[in-house]
Amino acid sequence: MTSLPKTTDRKLGLVIDLDTCVGCHACVISCKGWNTENYGAPLSDQNPYGADPSGTFLNRVHSYEVQPPVGHAQLIHFPKSCLHCEDAPCVTVCPTGASYKRSEDGIVLVNESDCIGCGLCAWSCPYGARELDLAEGVMKKCTLCVDRIYNENLPEVDRVPSCVRTCPAGARHFGDLGDPDSAVSHLVAERGGMDLMPEMGTKPVNKYLPPRPKDRIEDQIDILAPLLAPVAEEPKGFIAWLDKALEKL
Amino acid sequence: MHPAPSVIIFTTLSGLGFGLLAFLGLGLPDVSGWVAFVFFAIAFGLAVGGLLAATFHLGRPERAWKAFRQWRTSWLSREGCAAVAALLVMGLYAIGVIFLDQRWSVLGWLGAALSLGTVFTTSMIYAQLKTIPRWNMNLTPAMFLSFSLAGGALLAGQSASAIVLLLIAGAVQLAYWKQGDAALANSGTDIGTATGLGSRGTVRAFEPPHTGSNYLLREFVHVVGRKHAAKLRMLALGFGFVLPLALLLVPMHDVVFKHLLALIAVIAHLIGIATSRWLFFAQAEHVVGLYYGKR
Repeated sequence: MTSLPKTTDRKLGLVIDLDTCVGCHACVISCKGWNTENYGAPLSDQNPYGADPSGTFLNRVHSYEVQPPVGHAQLIHFPKSCLHCEDAPCVTVCPTGASYKRSEDGIVLVNESDCIGCGLCAWSCPYGARELDLAEGVMKKCTLCVDRIYNENLPEVDRVPSCVRTCPAGARHFGDLGDPDSAVSHLVAERGGMDLMPEMGTKPVNKYLPPRPKDRIEDQIDILAPLLAPVAEEPKGFIAWLDKALEKL
Repeated sequence: MHPAPSVIIFTTLSGLGFGLLAFLGLGLPDVSGWVAFVFFAIAFGLAVGGLLAATFHLGRPERAWKAFRQWRTSWLSREGCAAVAALLVMGLYAIGVIFLDQRWSVLGWLGAALSLGTVFTTSMIYAQLKTIPRWNMNLTPAMFLSFSLAGGALLAGQSASAIVLLLIAGAVQLAYWKQGDAALANSGTDIGTATGLGSRGTVRAFEPPHTGSNYLLREFVHVVGRKHAAKLRMLALGFGFVLPLALLLVPMHDVVFKHLLALIAVIAHLIGIATSRWLFFAQAEHVVGLYYGKR
């Protein structure tokens, strides 16, 4: 059924810290690595070593430059994957029922054996979170690593999405955003977590933490700076004589 | 949006075919036997041919039959159901008209309504998408329906109706372009809301996530041919509406010559509508392009 559940028991999702992300793309690679050999069809590449390589990815990192009215421009790395929206338009447009949102945890998934590859779900997604796999002819999207987070064969520390486990900067957080007491909900509340394109009415579960303002160099470079001022401006005594003698040479 | 030939052929031919079916369902023209057979063959050929073309853009066409299930939420599914219902009802009606010289008018009206319903559901597949402001307008279904009716009247040889309907369709086309050109700007979505960084300053896409192309860029960020858009619009208007109208208004009493002019009018209309449909896709700006700084 492609009707959306009225409510979900939990709202599992990601919180992505734009202040911390260093733009290393490790999450992109680990996502592709895990998801190409686990849940569903592999993430194929076309012409990977040729002149025009292309492939299916579930997570991509953009970089933006923001120029404030005054001050320096800021570079912001911006990972983007499925936001597991509460009001997911990609689910309701699906003609076959392949696209669905789970009522137990809110994860949006594709049942690949029902997908006809019409692409309408990707058309309806404002975030570009879905990509049609050219080899398999079915729609691929972030599963929130549904095959990791409940997988009791993995050590507990690994039961998070692959991108979160990999991020060397700690810029990605995973948890239940429907529980106001969860660590991710606290993070969102403290840092003013935001939605992407809220005007689209998709009610994304994933939140983005805005970059903090950069430190400013005001009048003083450092509180220790006065202590570093040169102490002997004019040489005296033996040093003064040596200085003069060397000048005359 | 990528102007895929399959969807352009589909929407153009099916729109025309279902438009003709709607007129035939209303008994316009009131024909039977072989003449009716030719009319229905053209109508079914266009409608079914278009629907078959649509399956070519599917990743897994062999599973297309599964698309009839989600009519409660999905316009694509509703379209499939409406198309099959329209073709079945009109098929039954056609048997009566062609072979039994019987016009079961209630069946015909139902078939006409289902045929126009199919065109409406097709248009809603596009009009429902908030992600493409140029399509997310009431004028989108108005355009699909008015084109279908005008083309149907033209094919059905209903000169008086065709003149009025072509004028209406042409006016809707102009209104659609005018409103559509401002749709993205009026939607309030820009790179600032897409990234959530707009309140901090001017946002510029600095580096794309990949050096090559990908599905998103190929499908949603079509920019080729936009520079010729103004010329193509004139061609669409000229071929689609002005030329057929002019040909309809030529005073002509010779039957053979009249039919020849009608054929030219239909072909011109078809070329014009296909051009308009190409623009419908090629000019549509999907908001995902904002993430790539391509809007």
